[in-house]
Parts: sequence; C-alpha cells; structure tokens
Amino acid sequence: MKRLLIIMIMALALALSAAAFAIDPLPFRDTAQRDRFQHLTRELRCMVCQDESLLSSNADFAKQLRRQIFDMMQQGKSDNEIKDWLVARYSTFILYDPPLAPSTIALWFGTPAILLAGGIVVVVLLRRRTRPAGMIAEDPGDDW
Amino acid sequence: MNEVARKPIARFVPLIVFAALIAFFVVGLAWNQTHDARFVPSPLIDKPAPAFRLPRLNDPTQFVTRADMLGKPYLLNVFASWCFACGDEHPTLMAYRDKFGIPLIGYDYKDAPQDARAWLQRHGDPYHEVITDQSGETAINFGVYGAPETYLIDAKGVIRYKHIGPLTPDVIAKELEPKIRALEQAGT
Repeated sequence: MKRLLIIMIMALALALSAAAFAIDPLPFRDTAQRDRFQHLTRELRCMVCQDESLLSSNADFAKQLRRQIFDMMQQGKSDNEIKDWLVARYSTFILYDPPLAPSTIALWFGTPAILLAGGIVVVVLLRRRTRPAGMIAEDPGDDW
Repeated sequence: MNEVARKPIARFVPLIVFAALIAFFVVGLAWNQTHDARFVPSPLIDKPAPAFRLPRLNDPTQFVTRADMLGKPYLLNVFASWCFACGDEHPTLMAYRDKFGIPLIGYDYKDAPQDARAWLQRHGDPYHEVITDQSGETAINFGVYGAPETYLIDAKGVIRYKHIGPLTPDVIAKELEPKIRALEQAGT
C-alpha cells in the first residue's frame, strides 16, 4: 500500500514536471545555468499564447525566444539586460512581474488600499459594537 | 444623531460596495469585448526601425537593407503562407495596394520561399517588393509576434505606426490613411 502510494506520488511528480516546461535540447553549462534560465523564462510571457510563460510554451515564438535568451546568457548578459532587451521589442507586457510605473500604480497599490479600507471599516464596526449603547448616544463626534 | 437615525444609511453601505464591485466587473467585461489584451502598443513607435538585410523573395541573391529603403515612406506588411489571418487580409491589400500612395513591402515571416511564391501566385501578389525572413531573427528586432502585422515607416526610417492583426478597410480609413497623409504633409 505504502509502496503504491510512493509510486503514485512519483508518477504525479513526473507528470507535473513534464507539464511545467517545454523541453528544448539546450546545452546548458551546468545545472545552475539551467536553473537561472528556467527562473528567468518563467517570469516572461509568451506573447502569442494565452497565459503561458516562455518556459512552458511549445509555440514557435517561445522556442525561438528561449534560444535567443540562451544565447544571450552564453554571452554573459545579466537577467536585467536580457529583460531590457525584450522589453525594448515587446513592451513591458512580456514581463509577468510588471514594473512600478504611472500606469501600474493601481495594480500595485489598489489591492492593499482596498484591504486597508476594509480593515478600517471592520475596526470601526467592532469598536462600535463593543461600546455600551448608552455611550453612542452621548458621543455624536465619530459619525461616518 | 442617535443610533436609530444612523442605522438606515449604514444598512445600505454593503449594497453600495457590492454595486461598485458589479460596476467594476461590467466595465471589465465590456472592455474585453472591444480590446485584445495581447495587442499591445509597440514600444518601437517613433523609434528608428531596426537594421535589416534580407533577401528578396524573387531573387534571393539580392538583399534589401534598411538603408535602401530610406528616402520615402513605405508600408511593411508581415505575412506568411501558413498564416490563416493573412488570407483574410489579402483581398484588402489587393484592393488598397495602389490607394496607399506609398510602396507596400511584403515581409515573408518564417516561411519557405517556395511556399510564399506559390501562395502569392495562387492568391495574387499585392506587394511592390517581398523580402524574406526565414529564421525570424530579424522579426524579433521588429517585435513581431504574430502575422499579419503592418508597419508604417517614414522616409527617415522611423516606425510611425503599427497594426497587429489583419488590416481592414475600416482600420485603413480610420488609422492608417490619416497617418500616411500626415507623413506626406510633413514631407517626411
């Protein structure tokens, strides 16, 4: 039983790893370079596919850019240099992690702002509820 | 103000918040109907077109470069024989090739030259010149990620406009033609 479970988990892990990234015969220098490549391409959008990263997509476009990124890594380019190179051609849409810019302020701070507003509402309601009813009538100063 | 007077207003707060949420969803859905999030504005607009040196489809021993094209504006239309939407666009290009008033250059993208030649023979050739990029490497510098795409490049080699997806009479009348006319007026 236990053995069957282990086999099943291993099979699942294998299936998941195959789905996680498309396989190219790229000759990486070592595993560190391969890990860096996978980390970088996972953060980049495959422009032609819906919601797939450059790492996971099998589209021709993704294959070509993976090759290009691999070549740039061999030339000693840093992750940021590679990203800048891609953004200059495909705009920041290619980055899954959007940079902080005037057009992305709502994206970056919208959720924390809504969370904060909700938190304030909860705190106000809780404080009001725990206060004795008589005090509210005497204290008209904190209406909202 | 006492507890009794305040309550009716407070009761509506969740409703107002919920209505605001619904409004966000509706606006988002409506926006998605008319916009394709993949069609992003090219960062290359108003920047010099990348350098290229690509063989001509009809004579691969001859090359066309960016420098060759300087001096007059032109349209660069990215197409391929394998590209389904290019077939949709093709009749429009045939109808407008002489109405643009500037050369229409075909950019055969990741295509076997013999396939492109057969495709143009079968459907008709709307282009004044066709250059081929079999590997697609130059296309990366243009930020091409799907065919058809159309670039308007001015006499100084600067990209002035880009359209992703098939050109339609509507897009040409509303977006492309005014840009071409503006270039003619400016004399660039």
